[in-house]
Amino acid sequence: MNTPSAKIEKKIQLGSKFAREVKERSGTDFNSCYHCQSCACGCPFSEAMDFLPNRVIRLVQLGLKEEALQCSSIWVCVGCNTCSIQCPNGVDISAITHTLCQIAIEAKGTVAEPDILKFHREVLNTIHRYGRTHKLEVMLRYKLHKRDWFSDMGVGMKMFTKRKLELLPSRVQHMNDIKDFFKQRKTG
Amino acid sequence: MQNSNMMDITYFPGCSLATTAKENNLSLIEMCRKLGVNLIELTDWNCCGSSSADVVDHEIALDLAARNLFLAPTGRPLLVACPNCILRLRQAHLELKQNEIKRYKYEKKWGKKFNAKLQIIHFFELLDGKDLSILNKNVATSLQGLKFVPYYGCMLSRPNTLKHEKKYVGLMEKILTSLGAEPLSWPFASRCCGTFLSVTKPDIITTIVNRIISGAIEAGADCLVTACSMCHLNLEVRCSLKSPIPTLHFSELLSLALGVRKHEDWFSRHLVDPRPLLKKKALIR
Repeated sequence: MNTPSAKIEKKIQLGSKFAREVKERSGTDFNSCYHCQSCACGCPFSEAMDFLPNRVIRLVQLGLKEEALQCSSIWVCVGCNTCSIQCPNGVDISAITHTLCQIAIEAKGTVAEPDILKFHREVLNTIHRYGRTHKLEVMLRYKLHKRDWFSDMGVGMKMFTKRKLELLPSRVQHMNDIKDFFKQRKTG
Repeated sequence: MQNSNMMDITYFPGCSLATTAKENNLSLIEMCRKLGVNLIELTDWNCCGSSSADVVDHEIALDLAARNLFLAPTGRPLLVACPNCILRLRQAHLELKQNEIKRYKYEKKWGKKFNAKLQIIHFFELLDGKDLSILNKNVATSLQGLKFVPYYGCMLSRPNTLKHEKKYVGLMEKILTSLGAEPLSWPFASRCCGTFLSVTKPDIITTIVNRIISGAIEAGADCLVTACSMCHLNLEVRCSLKSPIPTLHFSELLSLALGVRKHEDWFSRHLVDPRPLLKKKALIR
């Protein structure tokens, strides 16, 4: 059973399964991508990515699960849709990158940009607590995680004196509604 | 200020306008009042989910957006001020329109019918197609002599599923020109500001923001005008140029031109103080 061809066959099957999952969850048919690289040229953040956006799509097309889930690009993508609007085939690229992030979180494997994930979790934590985001708390908790109190001290103080950072959060009254959303989830 | 001719619209401010961008919120409310629109805040609204829920957990993103959609009263549109919020709410609305199983789940949860006809509008919608001569008649302060570059950020871009929605290209230029200001063309009108990367990758965003603001200066602008509070914050916080030019919220400038005088609390909240410029142009005293 463990012949080289059987191993390859198994790999192909797993790859196809992964590609199918991404397609279903993102609601996007990435097979129409013919790698014209319009997305890669338009992306304002490509310099911070290890794989250009169309390359990420290529990884998924080829069923290269590990490579796709462990690349930094999926976390660097902010979902500005600059790529989607330039794509001649209307591929919703940020839906793919966001789906890959979620699969990566569920797989509990290596995350290429743990700081970005940490930031997202802190935003969700404040939503969980107050129903709305609380920027000051997000920033303080993020800085605590980074053990970096000085790099943005100047900016923080400026925002504070200009009353841009509220001490107290703006809150939802019916917090049970919000807590309920998070109860069943493990991603919070 | 209430009168019977005012049109009532439900208003979703979103977390940014409720906190860091209060000046955007206040000026928007004043601007709408001048346009005959009475904004009624959506009772007990919650965060739209923002980029973070969208990245980390689609289920929670949909839960959060859907709660707002079910809270919205029927019979009047839901006005959303933040480009990020409106994208989330429209995507969720579309998903529930198309997915019967999810729609049924939420209808059961909230004990009411899903409002498939709910209009989710950006405040641009109030200005789009409006007779500008009426607007002109109301003009109290001319914006004559103010050179600006319009900064839309990513708000003109959207995923393929929402490609038929209006894009409002050129709307800020059209309106502000009719009020006397002069728009300049430049290459960064729809360059994304970087949103959350401002926190996690500040160096990269500083480069991008500096490029945007330098571009505005090179074009000969007095200021940038934006309709997104997130863009506004990033442009102010991450710019490391020695003498940056100010960025104004579209709603602030429009309110000024329409004669709103309660602006004490707006401009003092900017990190790059726009008051010297506005005084020079005789827009404020």
